[in-house]
Amino acid sequence: MKNWRKHLGIILPLLAVAALALWPTLTDSISNRESAFTILKAIALASSLNILLGYTGYVSFGHIVFYGFGGYVGLYFLNEQGWSIWASLLVAGLSSGILAFLLGKAILRLRGAYFALATIGVNEAVKAFINNFDLFGGPIGMTLNFKVYKEYGGAAEALSMAFYIMAGLALAAIVLSYLVRVSKFGLGLLAIRENEDAAEVMGVVAPDAKTWAYVLSAIIPGMVGVLFFFKNGNVEPHGAFPLHASIELLVMVMLGGQGTVLGPILGAFAYQGMRGYLVTSDFFKDIQLSVSGAILLIIVLFIPAGAVGWLRHRFEPLRRILP
Amino acid sequence: MTPLLSVTGVTKRFGGLQALTDVTFDLPEGQIMGLIGPNGAGKTTLFNCINGVYAPEFGSVHFHGEDVTGSKTYNMAKRGLARTHQIVQPLEELTVRENVIAGACFGREGHSLGSAYDIAEEVLEFVRLDAKADELAASLNVAQKKRLEMARALAARPYLLLLDEVLAGLNPSEIAGMVEIVKKIRDRGITIIMIEHVMKAVMNVSDRMIVLDYGQQIAEGTPEEIANNPQVIEAYLGDPELAKKLMGED
Repeated sequence: MKNWRKHLGIILPLLAVAALALWPTLTDSISNRESAFTILKAIALASSLNILLGYTGYVSFGHIVFYGFGGYVGLYFLNEQGWSIWASLLVAGLSSGILAFLLGKAILRLRGAYFALATIGVNEAVKAFINNFDLFGGPIGMTLNFKVYKEYGGAAEALSMAFYIMAGLALAAIVLSYLVRVSKFGLGLLAIRENEDAAEVMGVVAPDAKTWAYVLSAIIPGMVGVLFFFKNGNVEPHGAFPLHASIELLVMVMLGGQGTVLGPILGAFAYQGMRGYLVTSDFFKDIQLSVSGAILLIIVLFIPAGAVGWLRHRFEPLRRILP
Repeated sequence: MTPLLSVTGVTKRFGGLQALTDVTFDLPEGQIMGLIGPNGAGKTTLFNCINGVYAPEFGSVHFHGEDVTGSKTYNMAKRGLARTHQIVQPLEELTVRENVIAGACFGREGHSLGSAYDIAEEVLEFVRLDAKADELAASLNVAQKKRLEMARALAARPYLLLLDEVLAGLNPSEIAGMVEIVKKIRDRGITIIMIEHVMKAVMNVSDRMIVLDYGQQIAEGTPEEIANNPQVIEAYLGDPELAKKLMGED
């Protein structure tokens, strides 16, 4: 690794996630593990959203739909069909990817606010569909048969395993985000973000590139969904498609710096840290989401590039090492 | 030999406005064609019909003998057509180099990032932007942004280059520099159509010219023929004395 400096943009985030994954084991604390799980989940989701929001410039307000949909499909196969967690993760990612592909063909022609509105509509429509879909338990949802945990050595073992899989998903999301960022495909996405018409004139096949960006941003959220429902032991429509979680993801990506690899990771850390403080504080615990809204407003008004974006602007050498 | 580009009877309407009426011309390889006409004559619309931004209502566009009427812009780019915009459209938050690399990556030859990097180096030197390579495109001034558009189009290694007012807004020494660049591009074997208002410059570099007025093609010929065409002088240049002045013959 002679050129390690050149790869700092990927080494730093990977080290951060590795440290986070080891922290609960080293401190041997279940409560640390719960905190770390939440942060890793946020990193995986925010890094995935960043492919669409940060690189391609398309604001998805309903990105949580892929988490809910993939999670539902995965849990169905895990619970009702007796598939292993690994096969369920695969089918969850795949089904979210396919959903994104089909949606992309339909709504990625819309730009700006129209696309953002359509994504909210999609989230609500899928929620309504699941709510009426008897195979997935309709409004009651599905409860995990606890025999499933036995296959993985009991509940404690299964939850510990879920934690390490989540760390793996967070790593995968970061690596995917990095590979997209430094690839020719990613350059096409950035061109679309900057000026879609000019990008097409230059030869970027925007409809295809946008669709694949959407698909890539949907796969890992689907896997995160099934893992979370597996750990949680149940799923119901309201909990699977929370619109406010979509907005929290936007805050994380914007806070850390959209369009950078490190940004969403920092944003996820900072946001979850702050949220942890707010929900336990007497004063803020009921207005926690309003604080998130205020933060989003401040970022959009004053530092639209987010923390990492701001640093990149201020210190030119950082542009080369923080993609 | 089939001409590189054949435009046949191209007609385009916007609501009640007849933007282009029955425009027809052939463009042989290796030439520079000047496209002139007053504001609103339909010059940029003609570019848009050629490179696929608009599909013409009637008529056809053939490129390398193939019918490409109504093709998407990105398909035209892959076929070897590149253009610059009258209102510059740099990818502002990317560096100058990244802009040009994107041109090479997604243009006709579809280079990988590595080989596109080398092409960008060469093209940026050619348009004399190499000193600005690592700055954000947003930080360039207008003249530099026009050269960036040119560099991005050239990096695509096109067969045909459409230049939309690359001289507008430049000072005389910048114009001279740009004209040199245009001639050098032609010498590399790239065919060019240029829309221009700076009459002396466009007459100087064009092999042939077309004049549009209210979407009608009112004249076609060598720069001399155009300059002496009474209809052009009447409809476009206003009065013959002014025409002579613009030609620099006074």
